[in-house]
Amino acid sequence: MDTQLDLWEVFIQSKTGNHHVHAGSVHASDSNMALQNARDIYTRRNEGSSIWVIPSKYVTASTAEDAAMLFDPANDKIYRHPTFYVMPEGAKQI
Amino acid sequence: MNTVDVIADFTHKIENDLNIEPKDQMPEKYRLHLIRQISQHAHSEVIGMQPEGNWITRAPSLRAKQILLAKIQDEGGHGLYLYSAAETLGISREEMLEQLHSGKAKYSNIFNYPALTWADIGAIGWLVDGAAIVNQVSLQRTSYGPYARAMVRICKEESFHQRQGYEIMANMMKGTEAQKAMAQDAMNRWWWPSLMMFGPHDSDSPHAGDAFAWKIKRKSNDELRQKFIDKTVQQAEVIGLTVPDPELKWNEAKEGYDHGEINWEEFKRVINGNGPCNKQRMTHHIQMHQEGAWVREAAAAYAKQQS
Amino acid sequence: MTKQQALYKYLLRLGDNPLILGHRLSEWCSRGPILEEDLALTNIALDNIGRAQAFLKYAAEVEGLGKTADDLAYKRDERSFYNNLIAELPIGDFAYTIARQLLIAVFEQLQFTDLSKSSNETIAGIAAKSLKEVRYHVAHARDWCYRLGKGTEESHNRLQRAFNELWMYTGELFEMYDEDVILVFDGVAGDLNTLKIQYYDAVQKILNDSNIQIPVVDYMQTGSRKGIHTEYLGHILAEMQYLQRAYPDATW
Repeated sequence: MDTQLDLWEVFIQSKTGNHHVHAGSVHASDSNMALQNARDIYTRRNEGSSIWVIPSKYVTASTAEDAAMLFDPANDKIYRHPTFYVMPEGAKQI
Repeated sequence: MNTVDVIADFTHKIENDLNIEPKDQMPEKYRLHLIRQISQHAHSEVIGMQPEGNWITRAPSLRAKQILLAKIQDEGGHGLYLYSAAETLGISREEMLEQLHSGKAKYSNIFNYPALTWADIGAIGWLVDGAAIVNQVSLQRTSYGPYARAMVRICKEESFHQRQGYEIMANMMKGTEAQKAMAQDAMNRWWWPSLMMFGPHDSDSPHAGDAFAWKIKRKSNDELRQKFIDKTVQQAEVIGLTVPDPELKWNEAKEGYDHGEINWEEFKRVINGNGPCNKQRMTHHIQMHQEGAWVREAAAAYAKQQS
Repeated sequence: MTKQQALYKYLLRLGDNPLILGHRLSEWCSRGPILEEDLALTNIALDNIGRAQAFLKYAAEVEGLGKTADDLAYKRDERSFYNNLIAELPIGDFAYTIARQLLIAVFEQLQFTDLSKSSNETIAGIAAKSLKEVRYHVAHARDWCYRLGKGTEESHNRLQRAFNELWMYTGELFEMYDEDVILVFDGVAGDLNTLKIQYYDAVQKILNDSNIQIPVVDYMQTGSRKGIHTEYLGHILAEMQYLQRAYPDATW
């Protein structure tokens, strides 16, 4: 059986201070190779200042079926947003 | 969700121009259509490395060599982004390569033509990549999220490819008589195959119906081909190249060019395996794949020991 | 030999090595064992060709005959190329390419560390930039040595064979020639002899960690400092220089 090596997910931080953002995936047999491959594939045009790689098999994703259960209940919790509150006219910097 | 809900949910998303994502339920036919299209696209990028790779060691300047290497590297990278996108649909890269090697999966016909002279490197960048870009720009809005995102990244990176090809042609057209002849000869050989890249006329396109309904495809073959011709003819004129189509004529009414009929016999012949390089391209890919097997085995074995 | 002649030849050496090695690495295009590795080798090839361009451009300036880096790359004959023999050998299998990468990159890391302190600012600048690239080349080759050396019996044997065949080309890396003597005196070039112990220590450590035996050879190949090469170089040049030679009046 042929192998194309394991699948890894790649997260790139474009510059210091930013979040690491999912860029895509690479194949590699170990973490060093995954990092090097991610560097050679996803940062050819200076896109990166830091890279995370993680074996794809360790990523657990929520399903579309559960989306309603997971996310809709947050819809009516509007008191979590600052715009929910009525401030006295004239109050500044609040 | 039961089947009815799945379809309703999917249709709702498609109708509202929402992307379909990997974890979303989708009709099996949609999934298979995408796997076929994305893997074919990925294979095209990878097989496309060969005709250009043929000239790396003969590139006529250090600058030309660097540009060409970087460009072919991009093609490999794009193949990789696309394999990644297809893998989110539940097919492995092993399986996709197997399908390529068995002939079940196709790649773009254009790469079954040979790159004979240095001017062909210009023609491939300008015409072949130019045609590909027209298609890829429209695919940035395709309905499957990972495919659309890969296309956005690819379009951004490809923007230099067409320019490098056109620059080669432009320089040669400013050069010696031999260079001009070489450039025109490449134009003559690559023009028609480039037009064929958009596929059969809309009236003869077998998979188009579903692809439109599912918003995988946003523009028709003929629309995209027309777009390519209209912008390319002007570019040819600027540098003094002749488009090898005696029937090419500006049509004021449709604000586009009318062109001569494409040789569909040739198109079918090459698709069915009898182009100049079909055998060569596949033999090379299979041979390199086999020669690399011991390296991949070693890497996997080493990783196992370390874990 | 004048100082200018010494500097010119020295720069050709620094330019020809990455030019020829970059050429060999570029042959891997569409031949990698996995697509990712195809791209990795291309990156290393691009680093090399970029460095060749920088050194040859400076060499042309020093020569002072109005030539360009391209003139030096595409219009010189075999006997006036000064790259080390190890760079011009054919790519072989993947193990052979990795072994060569390791043997060259470890040397270059030491050499450029040294040259980044050169009294010649242009050389120091190119060396400092190259050093970053070369450190990556070492890491890439080293990690593959571990994988191949310890992976399977086949990969181990292939890597061992590669080092056995390449070892006799490492002596040449340290040869001091007329130009070295002149330039070391001015602090332009480094004394290669001082790098030798560190070099073999570093390589041996990686080979040990890869379960690879240190090859024993009774002769080290030589010749490149005098422009005497293997038969392979002529074929590289025939291919590389083809368009420039066939159309001497053309610019591309």
